[in-house]
Amino acid sequence: MTQVHRKDDRPEGTFHIPLGFASWDVNRVTLGIAGASVLGFLYLPIVVLMIFSFNSNPITRLPLTEWTLKWYDTAFSNEVLLIALANSVIVGAGAVAICLVIGVPTALALDRYEFPGKAVLRRFVILPLTLPGLITGVSMLAFFNMMGVSLSLATVLIGHGTALTAIVVTNVFARLQRYDRRIEEASADLGAGPLRTFWYVTLPNIRSTLIGSSLIAFTLSFDEIPVTFFLTGRDNTLPMYIWSTVRRGITPEINAIGSIIIAVSICLLLVAVFIMRGEDRRSGPRRARQAK
Amino acid sequence: MSEASRDYGRRRALGFAALFTGPALWWATVLLAPYALMFAISFYSKQFPFMIPDFQFGNYIKLFSENQYYTVLLRSLKVAFFVSCLAFALAYPLSYFLVFIVRRPRLRLFLYVATIIPLWVSYLLRAYTWKTILGTEGILNSFLILVGLTDEPVQLFLYNQFAMIVTMTYIYIPFMVMPLYASLEKIPRSLIEASKDCGVGNLKTFLRITLPLTVPGILVGFTFTFCLSTGDFIAPQLVGGPYSNMVANVVATQFGIANNWPLGSAFAMILLFIVLGIVTLSDKFERTGRLNVG
Repeated sequence: MTQVHRKDDRPEGTFHIPLGFASWDVNRVTLGIAGASVLGFLYLPIVVLMIFSFNSNPITRLPLTEWTLKWYDTAFSNEVLLIALANSVIVGAGAVAICLVIGVPTALALDRYEFPGKAVLRRFVILPLTLPGLITGVSMLAFFNMMGVSLSLATVLIGHGTALTAIVVTNVFARLQRYDRRIEEASADLGAGPLRTFWYVTLPNIRSTLIGSSLIAFTLSFDEIPVTFFLTGRDNTLPMYIWSTVRRGITPEINAIGSIIIAVSICLLLVAVFIMRGEDRRSGPRRARQAK
Repeated sequence: MSEASRDYGRRRALGFAALFTGPALWWATVLLAPYALMFAISFYSKQFPFMIPDFQFGNYIKLFSENQYYTVLLRSLKVAFFVSCLAFALAYPLSYFLVFIVRRPRLRLFLYVATIIPLWVSYLLRAYTWKTILGTEGILNSFLILVGLTDEPVQLFLYNQFAMIVTMTYIYIPFMVMPLYASLEKIPRSLIEASKDCGVGNLKTFLRITLPLTVPGILVGFTFTFCLSTGDFIAPQLVGGPYSNMVANVVATQFGIANNWPLGSAFAMILLFIVLGIVTLSDKFERTGRLNVG
């Protein structure tokens, strides 16, 4: 969106606050306060969680007592929690692998080929994201049960993989639609087969999108409950462990591990967003048009 | 058809088969089959402790005739509606602020990303924190006591529908902001300036131009928040208390302790129909809306 307002557009008698905000008048100030309070509302719980993870009082209440790191210490010496953490990492990595192996060919098929049922497939694949997670969870539970598969981390992994592949499919599909196809034609003209073209031309061009959507899928898997709830056997993932703990009561230990999870996932997501934006800017449609 | 083009066609078909056979089988097995199975089970009958393959509508009839079940259904719709309205009331000023008040593109992008980020960050932790805020021993109560507004902790904050609505609104606001932001950003500034040049006031310009042009975004936002909150069972169980069972909670119970999968499947199917129905409807309205705008 181009900026229509220029400096000299401002009506006379208003002055500019050099904060990126617009001229000073009552409407704008009111809206500014409203916007800021909603943003505050969005971050209040996150800030509360982080502050209380460093607070010595075992009950989450005001006033704050002294600062401490002991909850982090308790969390990291809690073996059950650490096992759950390891399980979550395994499930997340496995789910990402499934997402890539299934998601990339699906996106390629949707982008390159016309086939009967294509429109249906496009809608069908994103169903697990559209529908409440619990529907996917119970239907897969019923399915595994009928097939005689006993519940374990493997069923959780398949469930996450299925539910999250849509993220890879939609991102990679969008990327394929936007990038300059002529370089692939050039590669074919120069005699490279489809596999070689994919490996040396297509893949490098969608690499950042793959990394970005994998990071997003991993973070979502790391946090997933509705599907895991129904598909897990004796093993717990980290969210399931937290869920069983917080239903009984509140422990500052959860605040500590929660603060770490939130910090790590915000970092992963920011990396994902900026990697994917960067790729589009480097070799997006604009660059292709300039080349003409 | 020439030899070469037939050959090309065959190679393409082969390429497609090589590419897509595996994924197609995968989708059919892990996604299509389970959904189909659940649909089938919703017609099964239950003879405790087994379920008998059957084709009867008893489960569905039960849902609409027994008080305890249709109350839950109505409650879910009501709560989801309140959550959507509240999320809208909070998200619209924020989106408007981001698009029209923040002028620096970089700052705007930063604030927008800051709004969206919580969406991807641990759903469970964000829901759980409200428990620590609203609880009897919680932050809100201890704050009220600290500043002297009350002597006794207020019991009213947690374990009721109010707590559930606050928590879910909080969780789903980013889903409302995204489409609103996108539709506000698309409005040509020249339209608004033209209206102001014609001497139309701010409020009237907003009501006549800005608001109608964001109707598609509003629809998408309502669809997201409504569907997500009808299908939520974690937040209600965490902060909702005894009278806050939602459809999704009943599904979870029927597949868990109550062990009545046919009834659970029927309820899950209802949930599925509600969500798909709303998605299809809003998609249709959004399309016609787009045509009208031109």
